[in-house]
Amino acid sequence: MSDAILEVRHLSKSFGKNEVLRDIDFDVHPGDVTSIIGASGSGKSTLLRCINLLETPTSGDVLFHGESVIGGKVNPNKYRAKVGMVFQSFNLFDNMSVLKNCVVGQMKVLKRSKEEAEANAMKYLERVGMAPYIKAKPRQISGGMKQRVAIARALAMDPEILLFDEPTSALDPEMVGEVLQVMRGLAADGMTMLVVTHEMAFARDVSANVVFMKDGVIWEQGEPARLFSAPERQETRDFLARFMER
Amino acid sequence: MDSFSALITDIGDLLAVYWKTYLTGMGSTLLLAVVATAIGCVIGLICGILNTIPYAPGDTSAKKFFLKLVRAVIRIYVEVFRGTPMVLQAVFIYYGVPYVTNNAMRFDSVWAAAILIVSINTGAYMAESVRGGIISIDPGQTEGAKAIGMNHFQTMTSVILPQAIRNIMPQIGNNFIINVKDTSVMFIITFTEFFAVHRNIVGLNYMYFPSATIEMIGYLAVTLTASFLLRWVERRMDGKSSYELVQTDNLTMAAGTYSHPDRGTPFDERSGEFGATGEERKRIKLGLKNRNGSARGER
Ligand SMILES: Nc1ncnc2c1ncn2[C@@H]1O[C@H](COP(=O)(O)OP(=O)(O)O)[C@@H](O)[C@H]1O
Ligand SMILES: [Mg+2]
Repeated sequence: MSDAILEVRHLSKSFGKNEVLRDIDFDVHPGDVTSIIGASGSGKSTLLRCINLLETPTSGDVLFHGESVIGGKVNPNKYRAKVGMVFQSFNLFDNMSVLKNCVVGQMKVLKRSKEEAEANAMKYLERVGMAPYIKAKPRQISGGMKQRVAIARALAMDPEILLFDEPTSALDPEMVGEVLQVMRGLAADGMTMLVVTHEMAFARDVSANVVFMKDGVIWEQGEPARLFSAPERQETRDFLARFMER
Repeated sequence: MDSFSALITDIGDLLAVYWKTYLTGMGSTLLLAVVATAIGCVIGLICGILNTIPYAPGDTSAKKFFLKLVRAVIRIYVEVFRGTPMVLQAVFIYYGVPYVTNNAMRFDSVWAAAILIVSINTGAYMAESVRGGIISIDPGQTEGAKAIGMNHFQTMTSVILPQAIRNIMPQIGNNFIINVKDTSVMFIITFTEFFAVHRNIVGLNYMYFPSATIEMIGYLAVTLTASFLLRWVERRMDGKSSYELVQTDNLTMAAGTYSHPDRGTPFDERSGEFGATGEERKRIKLGLKNRNGSARGER
């Protein structure tokens, strides 16, 4: 029996004939940050979407606390409430205020009372520094602010693990820092996170495990200190070299 | 100038005798248009929602078959009622139902028949508008909702429909205005509305032009009021264009009202930084498409 919170086992995903993920296998342990790196098109988003069942894997399994979530054994909505997701494009609800964004899921899905939900939302909005903006609509705030609200929205569901899909890739450079700072804070507090990112410094500093993907396959994974300084595979070296040039 | 003052006099004479008749006619027109547009919107919403229930790969074939059947039925309904003139639909239903059922089923009140026909007609147009409104919402909105565990129904009612309905408000207004005018064809089933009143009155006194002038002014007054109200409702739905900072402690920056220029149309002159939002552009595009494509009332 492993103590992993999330186990991905031999997971494959095809869109028609296009095999996007092949035999993906890795674990996420409680309190750890796991980073997934790799060039765009390598299947990182698809992997996250399979993990929280926005896509159905073609084969393989995803275990949450040792229990399979594939094949209708688990109610996908209940499962997703425990697995938060932060998207590259924020996906805040455009028709709701910042506060309402963080409250609606708690009330509808977790059936919390309005007071309880608002108090909990405020706790996390304060934490991401967005408490003064609770009355604003998403269209009225900057990208960095939107992403911080999206993180608060996910946190307000009190998830056991948070998935991030390139949370800073859609941001102007000057806004990347504020989001990474929030994420570093979460990591320091022991939040379990699975982060797809191109921010190598972040991956190196906070990850317990770094997973390198290329063409739908995991080529290499390991501790960041080792993987970044002495990659075993030529593919990893090429990717990192190209990345450091920029 | 003489003819103009003659017209005024004639209109005065007409109104002196028939003002109540005109007013009653206008009342019927308005009531029919309001009720039928409301029911039509409900029909359209239901059809639009049923039409956009997604299949999931794991669904049973029974569910898939049922969803396909529902979509086919709605498709037929929309095509038939959009593709035939309402005046014919009125005849078909009002006289056809008793004919086919040997008078077992017939309309005891012409009101019931008129409301039914106009509602069904409006519903056919609204079904398409709602479907378009729903699929024009960024899929990211649905994913955001799913990702926090909301089910299809919760996603629809909390996230998608409020945005879709806001986007199709102009089309709801369009349908109402068209209904105000086009209910005039209900004379065919002896429904007496604003235009039927005109036909009756000029049949007695041959004052075609003065009466038509009254009609024109009457219709315009109603439709202009409707447009105005609609704009107001749309502004209400958009909420304030500014938001207040909420002061949580003494250290946060000074509270104040921050205004964002997210109003007006995307064609307004604006600095590049605040171009039309994607949302706005989509709404305009949707409106244009429906206007060029299958707008009602191009008769
Ligand atoms: N819904 C889909 N249908 C077909 N192909 C898809 C779909 N989603 C992703 N793909 C393909 O899967 C591959 C991996 O995409 P993605 O997971 O987004 O990569 P990454 O996030 O690493 O950039 C790409 O080639 C993409 O075209
Ligand atoms: Mg991606």
